[in-house]
Amino acid sequence: MIEFQDVHKAFGPKRVLEGFSLKIRDGETVVVIGFSGSGKSVALKHIVGLLHPDAGDVIVDGQAVSTLDRQGLTAVRRTIGYVFQFAALFDSMTVAENVGLGLRRRGLSAEEIEDRVREALALVDLSGTDDQLPAELSGGMRKRVGIARAIALRPRYILYDEPTTGLDPVTSAVIDRLMIRTREHLGVTGVVVTHDMRSAYTVGDRIAMLYEGKIRQVGGVTEIQETEDPLVRQFIEGRPE
Amino acid sequence: MIQAIGRRAVTAVEAVGQVGHFFQDMVRALPDVRTWVGPAIVQMRRVGVDSLPVALFIAAFTGVVLALQASYTFTGAVPLYFVGTLVGKTMMLELGPVLAGLALAGRVGASMAAELGTMKVTEQVDALETLAYDPYAYLVVPRVIAGTLMFPIIVAFAMATGIVTGWLTSLALLDLSTNDFLKGLKLFYVFKDIWFGLFKSATFGFTITLVGCIVGLDTRGGAQGVGRATTHAVVYSAILILVLDAFWAVVLL
Repeated sequence: MIEFQDVHKAFGPKRVLEGFSLKIRDGETVVVIGFSGSGKSVALKHIVGLLHPDAGDVIVDGQAVSTLDRQGLTAVRRTIGYVFQFAALFDSMTVAENVGLGLRRRGLSAEEIEDRVREALALVDLSGTDDQLPAELSGGMRKRVGIARAIALRPRYILYDEPTTGLDPVTSAVIDRLMIRTREHLGVTGVVVTHDMRSAYTVGDRIAMLYEGKIRQVGGVTEIQETEDPLVRQFIEGRPE
Repeated sequence: MIQAIGRRAVTAVEAVGQVGHFFQDMVRALPDVRTWVGPAIVQMRRVGVDSLPVALFIAAFTGVVLALQASYTFTGAVPLYFVGTLVGKTMMLELGPVLAGLALAGRVGASMAAELGTMKVTEQVDALETLAYDPYAYLVVPRVIAGTLMFPIIVAFAMATGIVTGWLTSLALLDLSTNDFLKGLKLFYVFKDIWFGLFKSATFGFTITLVGCIVGLDTRGGAQGVGRATTHAVVYSAILILVLDAFWAVVLL
């Protein structure tokens, strides 16, 4: 289970998270929605210790992330796959090397790495792209390689940072289907940060709206769709005012 | 006015603290040999082999100029075989290490800052961390080790090249015989000339790569930030090379 407990985070004078609390139960996919710059990605980075809270904490499997030493943090990170907004693939490595990099760290043999890479690429419908460089791929393909890199690790949790941003509707739907397939095949717990409401309704078990540093409303898809909170309504309907 | 001075002082102290932290993290990553040894070999090839032509080109022309300027300065006052002394001593003690260092600050330091800066702004460094890699072990240690070990080798070749071109210039343009050039070269030679130059170049290699890594991993703000980091890496490295050069002259000579 992942739990944000009253997390506060500021960058200089800009307060981003102000008492952010949220529980993500095992096996579910929680989608965090919110306006651009509302701190969704910042919240996600706290889970893997890329950022540390000024106050409060993030608990992963009973361990407070900010109190862990380097070894403890590495152990937590090994249970988590992270899909970055722009995929964050290593430019100088091929697709297969990108997907296999995390596996090499886990001390797997070359054959095991090859098998896992093949399996992960097949799951994201990218078989046969092993030797291509990231620069040769389209935006959607890069995102899928990013997902393959995360699922190759067979993590307990996958964190998706804006997985459909910048993609056309069809490619977005492909990514949504992949996220659902990943949950069904691997049984992973997911946290998805997005402002793409179609994607949120498709992949989320629960949706949480982040506003002014804290959770404004959290609930099931229907509950959010039928909300009477004017601000949440404005956001999900995409109304300017 | 006082506020501005105070702000600058705070920034300077913060920068020193940041370098201290960086150095501490780098030392902490040293025992993780399994992670850095492979990338270190790749970096040694990039820093060493790929930089050699630039260093040799500079050294070759420096040797020519040194021989001609020595002859011009000595004419009528000092025996001409002292051209060999001046070319040898200057290439080994000063111009070999410093010119190669300054040239490689541009080539190696800038490329490291740009590469790591791009990785930072495109979240590749964060991605490494989430894959349970220590960026200091995977990115910083290999580069600093490569710089520290390969710079003395590059400079040794540069010293030899400068002396050879100085000798060839003396033969072709100064009517100096090989025996006279060698006589001058050996005249005040001590082994310290070589190890001083090589030791100094190792410290330059360490400094250039460390600065490239610090500035690169501190990059913020997209393409503009990467450009800024690259410029900073070259400027800081060049300044530090000259400061270190003076420091080692005071301490070791």
